[in-house]
Amino acid sequence: MSTPFQIVVCGGIVPDPLQTLEPISGPAGPSLKNEMMLPAVLDPWAGHALYEAANLAKAVPGSKVYLVSLGPKAKLQQVMMTVAQKVAFELVAVDGPASGFTDAHEAAMALAEAIKTIPGLDKSKLLIFGGWESASRGAGATLQIIGEMLGVTDQFQGVDRIQVREDDSFEILERIEGGRHQVSTCAGAPAVLGWATGYLAEPRNDPQVGMANMRTIMPALQKAKAAKVGAEGLKFAKVELPKQQRQTRIVKDMAADEIAKEIAEWIGKN
Amino acid sequence: METILFLAHTEADGTLPKVALEALGAAQELAASIAGSPLVVGLFGGEVKLAADAIAECGAQQILAVAGAEYAQSRYSTDAAAVEMLCRASKATIVIAPATSRCARVISGVSHRINGRVDTHVNSITVTNDTPAATRWFYRQRMVADLERTQRPWLMLIDSGCHAAYEGAPGMANVENVQIVLGEVHKRTNVTGIQAPKSDEQTIRPDADLLFVAGAGWTKKQKDGQAHPKEAETHILGFLKLTQASLGSSKSLVDLSGEGQDVLQFMSHLNQVGQTGSTPRHAKGLSTCCHGEEPHVVGWRFINERRAINLDANCGWARGKADVVYVADAFEVLTKLNALLAEKKLVTA
Repeated sequence: MSTPFQIVVCGGIVPDPLQTLEPISGPAGPSLKNEMMLPAVLDPWAGHALYEAANLAKAVPGSKVYLVSLGPKAKLQQVMMTVAQKVAFELVAVDGPASGFTDAHEAAMALAEAIKTIPGLDKSKLLIFGGWESASRGAGATLQIIGEMLGVTDQFQGVDRIQVREDDSFEILERIEGGRHQVSTCAGAPAVLGWATGYLAEPRNDPQVGMANMRTIMPALQKAKAAKVGAEGLKFAKVELPKQQRQTRIVKDMAADEIAKEIAEWIGKN
Repeated sequence: METILFLAHTEADGTLPKVALEALGAAQELAASIAGSPLVVGLFGGEVKLAADAIAECGAQQILAVAGAEYAQSRYSTDAAAVEMLCRASKATIVIAPATSRCARVISGVSHRINGRVDTHVNSITVTNDTPAATRWFYRQRMVADLERTQRPWLMLIDSGCHAAYEGAPGMANVENVQIVLGEVHKRTNVTGIQAPKSDEQTIRPDADLLFVAGAGWTKKQKDGQAHPKEAETHILGFLKLTQASLGSSKSLVDLSGEGQDVLQFMSHLNQVGQTGSTPRHAKGLSTCCHGEEPHVVGWRFINERRAINLDANCGWARGKADVVYVADAFEVLTKLNALLAEKKLVTA
């Protein structure tokens, strides 16, 4: 493998999964109550994509990782303080909403435009990484559209592994139904890879990596361009929390064999 | 008036997957609900005649197809070309497709090609005054929304288990082939195979009635102060073999496996349900050694009947999320339960 990659990871920020969310409606459509107050994290799937990108960049010398992120500047800065300690990357920030209620096409447009501004971007070395879905919109749409906007028509979703070969082609494992993987080979970059979880554990925080990253992150945040990202043509008639509340029966002090009998009967019922 | 395209790919044997028949049911219903709206069928795959005949009586005005060896593979470049041409040839304003991994991989990219808009993971479609609205979930199944779009074409991917499947009698379909000229650019990717677990290690069964979720509690120290991962494996695999249930896992448990700890060897990230895992649909779910915080609850959103076995009476499941919570030791209950199920199986045999 001789050709280094330019790996662009598209990763948004989402509310911490442990936070309770509540929708509210405003003139611009639905949003989250106290959205700016909620602690945010890097989208979990985008995180996997970032770690895989860093791993690949380490394996292919000369490769570089960019993280392109759309979100409110203040929130991005807060999240980057943590993310920056994980792996080395250069941030390209776009100042705009991170809401799940914006349209995937508009988000893709803002991200594709930001990718085009990366100096020296060479499409023949380009790999676009990201989560195959997000913890906000959860549509699995944005990456595909970014790929189309940039003219990249070798795309893979639900990726768990990429293995680059000597001739710069690569083999990819994509999740399909029934816990199986589809195995494909691609002639080489450019390609879009929407990551599932991969096989890498989350990297430990490294303050030295963090300090090196922050030297470029702060200027990137300062010069982040504002993007108008909304949901034109999309009308939310209703957004609500699921109402279903179960009348839970708590069973204490029942013998194990009685519980087993009850569960076996329950399983057997149509 | 809308022109509704039902779009689907065929399987290797030329048939349609079950979720495609569910999407066809939704497309049929939508066409009937909006006055004067024709239904068109668009199929792509290696062979499509068998599938077309199976749905010949669905009331489609036209059955279009892109077929051939190049489309037998689930590959973005050729699938996107096929879907794009079917959308253009049908002049569809609304496209309904099933949420298979193959359709999900291309539908959004194609929406951009045809200057349309896309919604995936659609659960239902309703019509009021000839205006369709889709229901889908946001923030990983934590809130649900009804939405309408003014843009057309509007492409929608229907999740499995959300609509009754089409059940019409087969007939003789008149299939119109749509031709596409493929270039080298379409063939940079080749599908070389499928990696599947051995049949005795198969633990993910999307069509199973029951989902069995294992939490990290299975790997923790038990009453004797020791962890018993091998025993846990035996219990869980034994239960799966006896019930043919699908296996789900909490994130904490699969992360332990990923870190190389000697835990449950058959467990992988593919099993994970919840915030960063799948949100499967099964009639029943049994959770064991798994607490009920929000990220876990997300994974159970579409499980109809839910029961849990947990030592903690104050587990999150006790707060209106499960139908029954058994405060008990899962090791003990599974020992008895597997014995009972094996006995029943012997009697039935």
